[in-house]
Order: sequence, then structure tokens, then C-alpha cells
Amino acid sequence: MADNVKPRVRVPKSAKAGEAIVIKTLISHPMESGQRKDKQGNPIPRQIINRFTCEFEGEMVLDATLEPAVSTNPYVEFEAKVPASGTFKFTWYDDDGSVYETTEAITVS
Amino acid sequence: MSQKYALIGALTLALAAGASQADPVEDTLVVNGEIEMTTVAPAPEHLGGALDVVRSGWLYRGDETRDMQRDDFENPAMLYVEAAATAWSTPEGTAGKSCADCHGDPESMRGLRASVPKVNPNNGELWAMEQFVNGCRTERMGAEAWKWDSQDMRNMTALLSSVSRGLPVNVAIDGPAAPFWEQGKEIYYTRYGQLELACANCHEDNNGRYIRADHLSQGQTNGFPVYRLKQTNLVSLHNRFRGCIRDTRAEPFEIGSPEFVALELYVASRGQGLSIEGPSVRQ
Repeated sequence: MADNVKPRVRVPKSAKAGEAIVIKTLISHPMESGQRKDKQGNPIPRQIINRFTCEFEGEMVLDATLEPAVSTNPYVEFEAKVPASGTFKFTWYDDDGSVYETTEAITVS
Repeated sequence: MSQKYALIGALTLALAAGASQADPVEDTLVVNGEIEMTTVAPAPEHLGGALDVVRSGWLYRGDETRDMQRDDFENPAMLYVEAAATAWSTPEGTAGKSCADCHGDPESMRGLRASVPKVNPNNGELWAMEQFVNGCRTERMGAEAWKWDSQDMRNMTALLSSVSRGLPVNVAIDGPAAPFWEQGKEIYYTRYGQLELACANCHEDNNGRYIRADHLSQGQTNGFPVYRLKQTNLVSLHNRFRGCIRDTRAEPFEIGSPEFVALELYVASRGQGLSIEGPSVRQ
């Protein structure tokens, strides 16, 4: 597991039904591309977040593949329409098998 | 023929538009929708009319860069602030103490960033934030001093700056600080290097103009430490001083040297009244 990996998300606390809300996500991660070499000239093994998903009450909202060119601390912002109150679940998949999760509830009026 | 003239006309227009873009914008900075920042202030009296108003470097940056600083979620520097908050409450050194054991919350240090560098009454030296941090580490915690420009130190100064955001820069320049201030002023107006450039030649005489492809700001220090998009990391003030002097093709003072701390005091005093923004976002 990479050091200091911490997911952060910002979801509005409430929204109107059918309104498109802006969701911002960020995970601190080195995103080592695998292209770099250390001081001795040995390749530094690739270690990136390779997949990011957002689910709402079990339904997939966003399923993204992240590639080595994505920079350190990947930031993903997107819009989603929320039909009813519920919980967003965010998941980041690390090359080393680690999975980072966080959830955020929203109230729809 | 007429086509050629039309082309020249278009080029002239493009150049004119380009020149005006280096001017500072008029915009208001409110961070997280709650911290209101003063980005323009009347020039302090001790500048002797060298500038009409003092302006934060934030006003010299592009729309996207300015927006990043408006919201802590989008300000990449806040990741380092979080790391420092962890270090703040982690015991280190032979005394087994953390910063939090003596100081409580980092918020208890609100105001410190706005008043440094200041004379340390215990030894009469002018001290920057980095020296106060290391003073605590070596004397109270029994820990090793951090290097001035190390990641740990930059993170910690960013944390200590973040709790002072919105407060006006208010450094003492009289009394015991006066000789240091004079020394800093001397450095500010001295031409260095093969290019024979003083700080004032760019940041006082030519702010609002371009230097090659970059905007010249007034070189205010209220946003330090800054997150520079170019370095994708926090950059300390002394690192930036060194970069400027190096670019005049001179031999810079050492990072953390008494000369740079004196310069830090003088340049801070030029921005009296601007809000502390650090950690700010710059290009």
C-alpha cells in the first residue's frame, strides 16, 4: 500500500429531484507511471490508481479507467442526477490490489 | 498589397492585446466562501511613494489559477497542509512531545504568520517561521531540525500559514527590527549578477508588464508558501528568492541565510495590509 493515500469527496448535502449535481473527488496518490528510473538507473515499478468508480445505491454512475499519464493526486469531477435520497459510494482501485472506499449521503427534496 | 497591410494590422492588434493581459485583473478573492481576502491595499508609508497601491500576486494570475485558490478542495497545497496537521500531533524526539502537546490546535498559532519574520527576544536575531519551528523541535522536543527547504518544513509552514489566512500582513519594522529592515531594503535595491538587476527593477518598476512570457507581479510574499503548478509542490519563499537572484546570473545567498531573512522582512513590509493567503496557488 502506498503511503498517505486518502480519498476525499465533496457531494452537496441536499439537492432537488432530477437536478444535476457536481461531485468532486480527489485521492492523494503518487501515481508512479512506471516510466521513470531511480538514481541507479533501475526502473521504478508502476503503481497507479487504475480504476475509479462511483455507485449510487448499487447503480453504477461512473466507471473510469485511469492510465499512467494521469498525474499525482488524481482529481475527478463529474455531474450526476439524483432521483431520490441515498448514498454515493466511491471506490479507487490501486495497482497493488488495495481498494480505497468512501461514502457520502445526499438528501433529495 | 492591401492584404499585407491587413495582416500587419492584425499582428499589431494581437500584440496590443497581449501586452494588456499582463496587467493585474480586478477580482475579489473569497476562500471557501468565507475567508475574505484583501488583495489590493494602499501602499504603506515607508515605501515613500514607490508604489501607489500594493497588490497580491493572485491578481496577476490567470482565471483558472485564481479559481483553484478559491476553494480548499481544489487547492492542491491543502494536501500538504493535511500532512502537516498529522505531523503536528505526532510525538517526535527525545522529549516524546508533539507540537500539539504545548500548542494545542494549530489554530492557536493564528496570527504568527502575519508577524514573521520578527526579532527573537532571546538572542536578538531576526527569525523566520522556519527558525521558530526548528527552535521548538531542537529545544523543546529534542528532535532533529528540519532542513529549511525540506518537504516537512514546507508542509508545516503551509499549515501555520493556513490558520492565519485573511489576517493582514503586519510585521514590525521599527525598534530592534529596524537594522534588519534596512539591510533587507539595501538588498532589495542592489543590482546583482551579470544582468545587473535589483528586485526593484522588475517588481517595482515593471510590475504589470511581461518578463519573457511571464507576468511580473509586485513580488509580494503574502501568499507563501505557494503551491506552484510548475513544480507541482509547495515552494518556499527563500527558494523563490534564490531563483530570482540566480536568474540575474548572480551567486544567490543561501536559503535560510541572515541576508534572505532580512530581505524577507523588507519584502513582507512592502505588503503591509494585504491578507495572508498562504498556501496560495500560483503558476
